[in-house]
Amino acid sequence: MSWNTFATVAETKKALDAKQVSATELATHYLDRAHALQPALNAYITLDREKTLAEAKIADNKLAKGDAAPLLGVPIAHKDIYLIDGWKTTCGSKMLENFIAPYTSTVVKNMADAGMVTLGKLNMDEFAMGSSNETSHFGSVKNPWDLTRVPGGSSGGSAASVAAGLAPASTGTDTGGSIRQPAMFCNLTGLKPTYGVCSRYGIIAFASSLDQAGPFARTAEDCALLLTAMAGFDPNDSTSLDRPKENYSRDLAKPLGGLRIGLPKEFFGEGVAPGIAKAVDEALAVYRKLGATTVEVSLPNVKYSVPAYYVVAPAEASSNLSRFDGVRYGHRAAEYTDLMDMYKRSRAEGFGAEVKRRILIGTYVLSHGYYDAYYLQAQKLRRLIAHDFKKAYEVCDVVMGPTAPEGAFQFGSKSDDPVKMYLNDIFTICANLTGQPAMSHPCGIDKDTGQFVGMHVIGNYLDEARMLNVAHQYQLATDWHTRHPVL
Amino acid sequence: MSLTATDIERIAHLARIRVTPDEVVQVQAKLDGIFKLIDEMQAVNTQGVQPMSHGLDMVLRLRDDVATAANERDKFQKNAPQSAEGYFLVPKVIE
Repeated sequence: MSWNTFATVAETKKALDAKQVSATELATHYLDRAHALQPALNAYITLDREKTLAEAKIADNKLAKGDAAPLLGVPIAHKDIYLIDGWKTTCGSKMLENFIAPYTSTVVKNMADAGMVTLGKLNMDEFAMGSSNETSHFGSVKNPWDLTRVPGGSSGGSAASVAAGLAPASTGTDTGGSIRQPAMFCNLTGLKPTYGVCSRYGIIAFASSLDQAGPFARTAEDCALLLTAMAGFDPNDSTSLDRPKENYSRDLAKPLGGLRIGLPKEFFGEGVAPGIAKAVDEALAVYRKLGATTVEVSLPNVKYSVPAYYVVAPAEASSNLSRFDGVRYGHRAAEYTDLMDMYKRSRAEGFGAEVKRRILIGTYVLSHGYYDAYYLQAQKLRRLIAHDFKKAYEVCDVVMGPTAPEGAFQFGSKSDDPVKMYLNDIFTICANLTGQPAMSHPCGIDKDTGQFVGMHVIGNYLDEARMLNVAHQYQLATDWHTRHPVL
Repeated sequence: MSLTATDIERIAHLARIRVTPDEVVQVQAKLDGIFKLIDEMQAVNTQGVQPMSHGLDMVLRLRDDVATAANERDKFQKNAPQSAEGYFLVPKVIE
């Protein structure tokens, strides 16, 4: 069997339905490639051939019987933050190095119900805290386009695996840009849905009011297929939106005539690499050619997104990560004097430097006497930022700008300076604070650095179908998303 | 705002994370930079602004008070560093 390892999800499903390939052949192909490229890319943390092939065999049996599950037999790899019953689930941390998940997250279950076959668990920044994949306990993931550069983070393995053709699609999570920024760095399409659209049940919690699950794929069309499978109300997640299931592919074919694109001047100012600004301008020209109009909007409070985020996210993380105490699961220090010493040593040994830093920040801002000045102030800023967007949507349908101010950077270039690293998420964080959907799609190359540029599309609440339509129409008119690395 | 070594030791204790004297110095330097960034938001007058924790201002659902989860103690305890007879074991806390 010869298989185009860069086939899209839609193409893969077509080939399965036409019996040109079996689920077992596909699983075997991607497992072999994942193993072969593991030394170079380090994209996976866990591969389990037996489990994957057992799932593929079930899918083949169902295919033979004409089962109509929408993505039956299509392989997918999951970020190692998703619990899957019986699979090792580490969250990129020494703390969970030997943790075997005792149940399955809703998103993974939904995708399995749609017929998808699990290829393995993908490498990531420890507890999803990072923008470069350099904080993983299991070593950093390499960018398949340039092995000296980062794949982005925190869903770096999710991006690298799809870009390198180790999987047709993957799942990620996005708390401050962890789907969109790696999607840009690896030339993929990635979507963070509206907060509450995908269940957080069984996803290891980082910042509960910001965390959202979403897909990585080569195309917007694939992201629509994947999101349709992933999303849905879940009584097991207290913040899951109780609403009917959606078909996110329904509007893909709509022409863009009349679309109003808002361009916030705050996204095009100082700090954006000139090569990125140029690529985004050229992509906007394509959108205008497709019938869209552009209008300048202003988001005056969006500049406080990063400061507000570095209060809210660490505060919630310090609370969520208090569960790792060396008692019920996770790492326990070998030597200690008493219970308090056991907690302290277990956590000091089990967590990496960035995770500890964020726990300390969170502990501080929530400690007695500081709550109003930090957490409350940040929650108020969320309201102001959301209000800015609300006003913008009076004159536009979607907001666009660059996904990140600079493209994939070299390993080590920011890892010593957390603030420098944090500022790479300057454009993505606002959508997490407000809960709006946002995505990144390939839109060119920064000619000064040779690195890929992502168009950041932010939409109004629950407007995913329109955003996917917008990106799909762009992809019908361009070919940036069809480029693949040579490996 | 600048954090002192005593501040770092205090919050590390609250967070139940052991820090060595060397680490305190390193953490202090990094946290200073981060709080400089965070403190930019103090410039905004937010008087009268309602804090926001959810974009759609959703309120938490209530559910019927019935048991739903099965008892899977043995399965869950397989991940425990130390357990016996259905209990999680910890160092002695009462003399």
